[in-house]
Amino acid sequence: MESVLHITTLHYLVLGAALFLLGVIGVLTRRNVVIVLMSIELILNAVNLNLVAFSRMWGGLHGQVFAIFVITDAAAEAAVGLGILIAFFRNKETVNIDEVNLLKW
Amino acid sequence: MLIGGILVITRRNPVHSALALIVTLLAQASIYLMLYAPFVAGVQIILYAGGIMVLFLFVIMLVSIERSMKERQFNSQWVVGTIAATALGGLFIAVYAKGKNIFPTHALSTVENNNTQRVATMLYGQYMFAFEIASLLLLVAIIGAVVMAKKRI
Repeated sequence: MESVLHITTLHYLVLGAALFLLGVIGVLTRRNVVIVLMSIELILNAVNLNLVAFSRMWGGLHGQVFAIFVITDAAAEAAVGLGILIAFFRNKETVNIDEVNLLKW
Repeated sequence: MLIGGILVITRRNPVHSALALIVTLLAQASIYLMLYAPFVAGVQIILYAGGIMVLFLFVIMLVSIERSMKERQFNSQWVVGTIAATALGGLFIAVYAKGKNIFPTHALSTVENNNTQRVATMLYGQYMFAFEIASLLLLVAIIGAVVMAKKRI
Protein backbone atom coordinates (compact mmCIF):
# COMPACT_ATOMS: atom_id res chain seq x y z
CA MET A 1 0.00 0.00 0.00
CA GLU A 2 2.84 2.33 0.82
CA SER A 3 4.52 1.81 -2.54
CA VAL A 4 1.28 2.43 -4.39
CA LEU A 5 0.91 5.85 -2.89
CA HIS A 6 4.42 6.99 -3.75
CA ILE A 7 4.45 9.57 -6.50
CA THR A 8 7.49 8.92 -8.65
CA THR A 9 8.87 10.51 -11.77
CA LEU A 10 6.90 8.05 -13.84
CA HIS A 11 3.58 9.43 -12.65
CA TYR A 12 4.56 12.92 -13.68
CA LEU A 13 5.69 11.65 -17.05
CA VAL A 14 2.38 9.87 -17.64
CA LEU A 15 0.52 13.04 -16.72
CA GLY A 16 2.73 15.02 -19.10
CA ALA A 17 2.13 12.53 -21.91
CA ALA A 18 -1.64 12.69 -21.39
CA LEU A 19 -1.58 16.48 -21.45
CA PHE A 20 0.58 16.43 -24.59
CA LEU A 21 -1.90 14.08 -26.24
CA LEU A 22 -4.81 16.37 -25.39
CA GLY A 23 -2.92 19.25 -26.96
CA VAL A 24 -2.20 17.27 -30.10
CA ILE A 25 -5.86 16.29 -30.44
CA GLY A 26 -6.85 19.91 -30.02
CA VAL A 27 -4.39 21.13 -32.65
CA LEU A 28 -5.40 18.48 -35.16
CA THR A 29 -9.16 18.62 -34.84
CA ARG A 30 -10.36 22.05 -33.76
CA ARG A 31 -11.37 24.71 -36.23
CA ASN A 32 -11.05 27.88 -34.19
CA VAL A 33 -7.57 29.40 -34.34
CA VAL A 34 -7.77 30.68 -30.77
CA ILE A 35 -8.38 27.18 -29.45
CA VAL A 36 -5.58 25.80 -31.62
CA LEU A 37 -3.21 28.32 -30.00
CA MET A 38 -4.48 27.28 -26.56
CA SER A 39 -3.77 23.66 -27.44
CA ILE A 40 -0.22 24.65 -28.35
CA GLU A 41 0.05 26.15 -24.87
CA LEU A 42 -1.12 22.81 -23.47
CA ILE A 43 1.65 21.02 -25.39
CA LEU A 44 4.29 23.44 -24.11
CA ASN A 45 3.01 22.93 -20.57
CA ALA A 46 3.31 19.17 -20.93
CA VAL A 47 6.94 19.62 -21.98
CA ASN A 48 7.53 21.92 -19.00
CA LEU A 49 6.08 19.34 -16.65
CA ASN A 50 8.49 16.72 -18.00
CA LEU A 51 11.43 19.10 -17.66
CA VAL A 52 10.68 19.93 -14.05
CA ALA A 53 10.01 16.27 -13.18
CA PHE A 54 13.35 15.18 -14.64
CA SER A 55 15.10 18.06 -12.92
CA ARG A 56 13.67 16.76 -9.66
CA MET A 57 14.72 13.22 -10.50
CA TRP A 58 18.35 14.15 -11.11
CA GLY A 59 18.48 16.62 -8.26
CA GLY A 60 19.77 19.50 -10.39
CA LEU A 61 18.12 22.73 -11.41
CA HIS A 62 18.90 22.71 -15.12
CA GLY A 63 15.44 21.47 -15.98
CA GLN A 64 13.80 24.28 -14.06
CA VAL A 65 15.96 26.89 -15.79
CA PHE A 66 15.05 25.34 -19.11
CA ALA A 67 11.36 25.40 -18.16
CA ILE A 68 11.66 29.14 -17.58
CA PHE A 69 13.11 29.54 -21.06
CA VAL A 70 10.24 27.51 -22.48
CA ILE A 71 7.75 29.79 -20.70
CA THR A 72 9.51 32.79 -22.27
CA ASP A 73 9.21 31.22 -25.69
CA ALA A 74 5.55 30.44 -25.08
CA ALA A 75 4.89 34.10 -24.23
CA ALA A 76 6.65 35.25 -27.41
CA GLU A 77 4.81 32.68 -29.49
CA ALA A 78 1.43 33.62 -28.05
CA ALA A 79 2.04 37.32 -28.72
CA VAL A 80 3.07 36.80 -32.33
CA GLY A 81 0.40 34.17 -32.97
CA LEU A 82 -2.38 36.36 -31.68
CA GLY A 83 -1.02 39.29 -33.71
CA ILE A 84 -1.18 37.13 -36.82
CA LEU A 85 -4.68 36.07 -35.83
CA ILE A 86 -5.85 39.69 -35.57
CA ALA A 87 -4.33 40.52 -38.96
CA PHE A 88 -6.00 37.45 -40.45
CA PHE A 89 -9.36 38.28 -38.90
CA ARG A 90 -9.15 41.78 -40.33
CA ASN A 91 -8.58 40.38 -43.81
CA LYS A 92 -11.01 37.47 -43.87
CA GLU A 93 -13.55 38.15 -41.12
CA THR A 94 -13.25 34.61 -39.79
CA VAL A 95 -11.26 32.65 -37.23
CA ASN A 96 -11.64 29.24 -38.83
CA ILE A 97 -8.36 27.62 -39.62
CA ASP A 98 -9.53 25.82 -42.75
CA GLU A 99 -10.20 29.11 -44.47
CA VAL A 100 -6.46 29.77 -44.44
CA ASN A 101 -6.08 28.10 -47.80
CA LEU A 102 -4.30 30.67 -49.96
CA LEU A 103 -1.25 28.43 -50.30
CA LYS A 104 -3.29 25.37 -51.16
CA TRP A 105 -2.79 23.92 -54.59
CA MET B 1 -5.83 19.19 -14.45
CA LEU B 2 -6.69 16.66 -17.13
CA ILE B 3 -10.35 17.58 -16.81
CA GLY B 4 -9.37 21.18 -17.48
CA GLY B 5 -7.38 20.06 -20.52
CA ILE B 6 -10.31 18.08 -21.87
CA LEU B 7 -12.57 21.07 -21.37
CA VAL B 8 -10.10 23.27 -23.28
CA ILE B 9 -10.40 21.24 -26.44
CA THR B 10 -14.11 20.48 -26.31
CA ARG B 11 -15.90 23.68 -25.37
CA ARG B 12 -17.81 25.53 -28.05
CA ASN B 13 -17.31 28.98 -26.59
CA PRO B 14 -13.64 30.08 -26.68
CA VAL B 15 -14.09 32.00 -23.43
CA HIS B 16 -15.02 28.78 -21.63
CA SER B 17 -11.95 27.16 -23.20
CA ALA B 18 -9.79 29.96 -21.88
CA LEU B 19 -11.20 29.62 -18.37
CA ALA B 20 -10.60 25.86 -18.45
CA LEU B 21 -7.04 26.55 -19.58
CA ILE B 22 -6.58 28.83 -16.57
CA VAL B 23 -7.73 25.98 -14.32
CA THR B 24 -5.24 23.68 -16.02
CA LEU B 25 -2.39 26.15 -15.60
CA LEU B 26 -3.13 26.69 -11.91
CA ALA B 27 -3.25 22.93 -11.34
CA GLN B 28 0.09 22.66 -13.06
CA ALA B 29 1.51 25.36 -10.82
CA SER B 30 0.46 23.29 -7.82
CA ILE B 31 2.20 20.28 -9.35
CA TYR B 32 5.37 22.39 -9.65
CA LEU B 33 5.03 23.11 -5.95
CA MET B 34 4.77 19.38 -5.33
CA LEU B 35 8.01 18.98 -7.28
CA TYR B 36 9.70 21.58 -5.04
CA ALA B 37 10.02 24.15 -7.80
CA PRO B 38 8.44 27.25 -6.20
CA PHE B 39 10.09 29.73 -8.55
CA VAL B 40 8.78 27.99 -11.64
CA ALA B 41 5.36 27.77 -10.00
CA GLY B 42 5.36 31.51 -9.38
CA VAL B 43 6.48 32.25 -12.91
CA GLN B 44 3.76 29.93 -14.18
CA ILE B 45 1.02 31.72 -12.27
CA ILE B 46 2.21 35.24 -13.04
CA LEU B 47 3.18 34.76 -16.67
CA TYR B 48 0.76 32.13 -17.90
CA ALA B 49 -2.35 32.53 -15.80
CA GLY B 50 -1.78 36.28 -15.58
CA GLY B 51 -0.19 37.51 -18.76
CA ILE B 52 -0.85 35.08 -21.55
CA MET B 53 -4.42 34.34 -20.57
CA VAL B 54 -5.30 38.04 -20.43
CA LEU B 55 -3.85 38.31 -23.93
CA PHE B 56 -6.00 35.39 -25.08
CA LEU B 57 -9.15 36.85 -23.55
CA PHE B 58 -8.51 40.23 -25.17
CA VAL B 59 -8.09 38.63 -28.56
CA ILE B 60 -11.26 36.58 -28.08
CA MET B 61 -12.99 39.86 -27.31
CA LEU B 62 -11.53 41.49 -30.43
CA VAL B 63 -12.49 38.79 -32.88
CA SER B 64 -16.18 38.16 -32.96
CA ILE B 65 -17.16 34.81 -31.53
CA GLU B 66 -20.88 34.88 -32.06
CA ARG B 67 -20.74 33.67 -35.63
CA SER B 68 -18.03 31.07 -35.14
CA MET B 69 -19.93 29.54 -32.23
CA LYS B 70 -22.80 28.63 -34.51
CA GLU B 71 -20.58 26.96 -37.07
CA ARG B 72 -19.03 23.52 -37.17
CA GLN B 73 -16.46 23.22 -34.40
CA PHE B 74 -14.22 20.53 -35.82
CA ASN B 75 -12.47 20.77 -39.15
CA SER B 76 -12.99 18.39 -42.02
CA GLN B 77 -9.82 16.39 -41.33
CA TRP B 78 -10.89 15.51 -37.82
CA VAL B 79 -11.06 11.77 -38.56
CA VAL B 80 -7.47 11.72 -39.81
CA GLY B 81 -6.42 13.93 -36.92
CA THR B 82 -8.02 11.66 -34.36
CA ILE B 83 -6.42 8.59 -35.94
CA ALA B 84 -3.01 10.26 -35.87
CA ALA B 85 -3.48 11.29 -32.24
CA THR B 86 -4.57 7.75 -31.35
CA ALA B 87 -1.43 6.42 -33.01
CA LEU B 88 0.62 8.83 -30.93
CA GLY B 89 -1.21 7.65 -27.81
CA GLY B 90 -0.45 4.03 -28.73
CA LEU B 91 3.19 4.99 -29.12
CA PHE B 92 3.16 6.56 -25.66
CA ILE B 93 1.58 3.43 -24.17
CA ALA B 94 4.19 1.25 -25.90
CA VAL B 95 6.99 3.42 -24.54
CA TYR B 96 5.41 3.21 -21.11
CA ALA B 97 5.16 -0.58 -21.25
CA LYS B 98 8.74 -0.95 -22.47
CA GLY B 99 10.48 1.64 -20.37
CA LYS B 100 8.68 1.92 -17.07
CA ASN B 101 11.36 -0.10 -15.32
CA ILE B 102 14.24 2.23 -16.05
CA PHE B 103 12.92 4.90 -13.74
CA PRO B 104 13.77 4.78 -10.05
CA THR B 105 10.79 3.72 -7.98
CA HIS B 106 12.02 4.98 -4.66
CA ALA B 107 10.96 8.33 -3.33
CA LEU B 108 12.43 11.40 -4.97
CA SER B 109 15.39 13.21 -3.51
CA THR B 110 15.05 15.41 -0.50
CA VAL B 111 14.11 19.04 -0.40
CA GLU B 112 16.77 21.60 -1.12
CA ASN B 113 16.28 25.08 0.21
CA ASN B 114 16.85 28.51 -1.39
CA ASN B 115 15.58 27.25 -4.70
CA THR B 116 14.99 30.71 -6.16
CA GLN B 117 18.49 31.85 -5.32
CA ARG B 118 20.05 28.84 -6.98
CA VAL B 119 17.88 29.20 -10.07
CA ALA B 120 18.90 32.83 -10.36
CA THR B 121 22.59 32.02 -9.94
CA MET B 122 22.33 29.44 -12.68
CA LEU B 123 20.30 31.75 -14.91
CA TYR B 124 22.78 34.63 -14.67
CA GLY B 125 25.88 32.45 -14.55
CA GLN B 126 25.89 29.33 -16.61
CA TYR B 127 22.98 30.27 -18.87
CA MET B 128 23.89 33.92 -19.36
CA PHE B 129 24.09 33.67 -23.15
CA ALA B 130 20.77 31.86 -23.44
CA PHE B 131 19.24 34.50 -21.18
CA GLU B 132 20.40 37.30 -23.49
CA ILE B 133 19.11 35.42 -26.51
CA ALA B 134 15.74 35.03 -24.77
CA SER B 135 15.57 38.78 -24.19
CA LEU B 136 16.35 39.35 -27.87
CA LEU B 137 13.60 36.89 -28.77
CA LEU B 138 11.13 38.82 -26.65
CA LEU B 139 12.13 42.06 -28.37
CA VAL B 140 11.58 40.46 -31.76
CA ALA B 141 8.22 39.13 -30.60
CA ILE B 142 7.10 42.55 -29.38
CA ILE B 143 8.02 44.19 -32.68
CA GLY B 144 6.45 41.36 -34.65
CA ALA B 145 3.19 41.48 -32.72
CA VAL B 146 2.91 45.25 -33.12
CA VAL B 147 3.60 45.08 -36.84
CA MET B 148 1.16 42.21 -37.33
CA ALA B 149 -1.65 43.91 -35.47
CA LYS B 150 -1.17 47.29 -37.16
CA LYS B 151 -3.88 48.39 -39.51
CA ARG B 152 -1.62 49.70 -42.24
CA ILE B 153 2.11 49.11 -42.33
